[in-house]
Amino acid sequence: MKHSYLAYGLAGAIMAGSLAAPQVQAEDSIYVPLFSYRTGPFAGSGIPIANGMSDYLTMLNERDGGIGGVKIVVEECETGYNTQKGVECYELVKPKNPVVLNPYSTGITLQVIPKASADRIPVLSMAYGLSAAAEGKTFPWIFNPPATYWDGASAIVKDIANREGGLENLKGKKIGYIFLDAGYGREPIPLMEQLSKDYGFTLTQYPVPATEMQNQSSQWLNVRRDRPDYMIMWGWGAMNPTAVKEATKIRYPMDRFYGVWWSGGNDDAAAGGMDAKGYRTLNFHGVGTDFPVISDIKKYVVDAGKSQVDPAKFADNLYNRGVYNSMLIAEAIRRAQQLTGKKVVNAEDVRAGFEALDIDAARIAEMGMTDFMAPLKLSCEDHNGHNDVYVVEWDGTTWQRATDWFSPMVDVVQPLLVAAAEEYVKTNAPWPERDVPCAGE
Amino acid sequence: MFYREAGQFKTSYEADQALFPIRQDRIGLGIILAIAFVVIPLTANAFFLTSIMIPFLVFALATIGLNILTGYAGQLSLGTGAFMGVGAYSAYKLTSIFPEANLILVILLSGVFSAGIGVVFGLPSLRIKGLYLAVTTLAAQFFLEWCFIRIPWLYNYNASGAIEVQQRELFGVIATGAAATPLTRYFIVLSIVIALTWLVSNVIRGRIGRQWMMIRDMDIAAELIGVRPLTAKLSAFAVSSYLCGVAGAMMVFFWLGAAEPSAFAISLSFQVLFMAILGGLGSLTGCYMGAAFIWILPVLLRVLLPSLGLSVAAETVQHLTFMIVGALIIFFLITEPHGLARLWRIGKEKLRVWPFPYG
Repeated sequence: MKHSYLAYGLAGAIMAGSLAAPQVQAEDSIYVPLFSYRTGPFAGSGIPIANGMSDYLTMLNERDGGIGGVKIVVEECETGYNTQKGVECYELVKPKNPVVLNPYSTGITLQVIPKASADRIPVLSMAYGLSAAAEGKTFPWIFNPPATYWDGASAIVKDIANREGGLENLKGKKIGYIFLDAGYGREPIPLMEQLSKDYGFTLTQYPVPATEMQNQSSQWLNVRRDRPDYMIMWGWGAMNPTAVKEATKIRYPMDRFYGVWWSGGNDDAAAGGMDAKGYRTLNFHGVGTDFPVISDIKKYVVDAGKSQVDPAKFADNLYNRGVYNSMLIAEAIRRAQQLTGKKVVNAEDVRAGFEALDIDAARIAEMGMTDFMAPLKLSCEDHNGHNDVYVVEWDGTTWQRATDWFSPMVDVVQPLLVAAAEEYVKTNAPWPERDVPCAGE
Repeated sequence: MFYREAGQFKTSYEADQALFPIRQDRIGLGIILAIAFVVIPLTANAFFLTSIMIPFLVFALATIGLNILTGYAGQLSLGTGAFMGVGAYSAYKLTSIFPEANLILVILLSGVFSAGIGVVFGLPSLRIKGLYLAVTTLAAQFFLEWCFIRIPWLYNYNASGAIEVQQRELFGVIATGAAATPLTRYFIVLSIVIALTWLVSNVIRGRIGRQWMMIRDMDIAAELIGVRPLTAKLSAFAVSSYLCGVAGAMMVFFWLGAAEPSAFAISLSFQVLFMAILGGLGSLTGCYMGAAFIWILPVLLRVLLPSLGLSVAAETVQHLTFMIVGALIIFFLITEPHGLARLWRIGKEKLRVWPFPYG
């Protein structure tokens, strides 16, 4: 029976040790938690994003001593893209006064939207999450720049129409939509159905359950049978490389295969090898290393050994997206400092900072991001900006720009957004009325 | 010495059949209840309540549900997650159809739907058992998960496919939704879990529970002495699914606040199964112990490891947690295959004869 004593002792030691108090944040710093996932089935997409996000903020700390002279405390909370863990992370960081939350998962964003709205913490869900959250009047605490999923879906249809010679030529075409069967992949469906009604194309849906991400042969068998003229993919994590590989296997014409911006990781396309040449995805930031901001990250963070990034994967597409995400956080904090005159800003200030965000060409040049991003302006009503996007094409080894920046069909998306926001308020009644003043006007 | 029963005489059948016939057990239970109802609410912070206590209680109830089926009635099930999902979705539908209905009633009623579906998927248990039955409950898991994704009526045609809990009041206090305080939610969950545990412990000791155990130990012998396998097995499925359904409803309403179908995936079934096995099959105390071990330990490790001053990255903590919890599970099961409840029982025996090793 010695064993059971040992077991008792071990259990007791663990329980006793765990009563230690959590650490306290310093007073003269700004706490920015990053929800990231370097484990689990979505780690393939999560790791480059997490690296980009933390490296940009670390670079600001190293190069400029933080933002406006205040150090940023960056802390990652591992969610594993799991909503239970995401809620746990939310509760874990809440007492430490975060100025902004990045759920980095549509599922976690959906859970966090009502909580953060009640707890008055701004949520940055950059180009993911609930599309309707773009309505600032309804969702004062949620921001999803630079474009919503519905902007993305409409932009892909627009690019298809351009290649077909106009929107009227979409009539009678067949467009396949393969998506991760979760909140994330289902989000664009209402818009796609609307567009198929408006322009007369047939929409065929190929849902991929999260547990079957790496086994899509049945979906692609159906694709081979249906022969859609174009395929659109809303995938993430392990789903993307599998889809690209399956598409090359059934010899689907890759230049007619589109991914949303989240399906455009370098590893995703590389899974198809040279056969994946022509695969297209949307993008809203620069690819590659030819930007001053990326060289600064290399100099101050990567070369200094303060980054976790694998040198071979430095500045790949998703890494740069993480940089873009952190740039938004940093700019909102900077704007909040300008608005309030304080150095250490709190969540309420940063919310105002996001709402008054106005990143023009001059500021972009100052940040060393010329050609990396399009100007971005948010407002009280519009928490999204519906910014321009462009299409990149895989040339077998890297992403190459395939189109100019162009605008999504904002006129189609806007009424749907308003309707969806009203619907959300109705189903989540009583939804709190907006009680914060418009910022920066 | 510490746990001496000498001098505790029972002079009536009621006293002899009491749930806790030994005085020390009654005192112990009183202390635990006092901690749960008074000490924790007075001292705990929001994180402790929402991320440790509420999920722990929800999982404890789900584990009791599974334990009824697997531990007491001997029917192996892998569909716990889906039955929890049925409870969550029916509670969601009930509260959106009857927004004025009493919240507790909604939660308790949602288990009825889960019980009904549990009985339907329990029907094969009349013909097959063991691993074969596990496979049919696995089918229930996949089928129900498919329903949660594919039947838009279940999630009110929500574009994101998730169920989002609306704000509901209970006796004038906001009980669900983002505005509900952790304390309110904790009290509701605690009360429901304790009430159901008390109810179940009485069912187990009674006629129905004894039938379950007879079926578990040897079904043919049980049938020969007059137990009807049909009622015994199906009632086990019904009670088990009922408890799982209530746990699922509470998981969404009082803990998560919203849930995608993936929240009720097979991984949840396994999580609850591990809790039941590690806690000890056929023991209610074990359910609480197992739930505490599997749920609380990783959360604590995650909070604890960084606060030890070790500068470890978030994902390293996650990997370490996987390794430590995995190793501890193996360790416990090797030292005590009958789970934590058995360890506790051995401990009690030791305390009874202390300081002499052999009584």
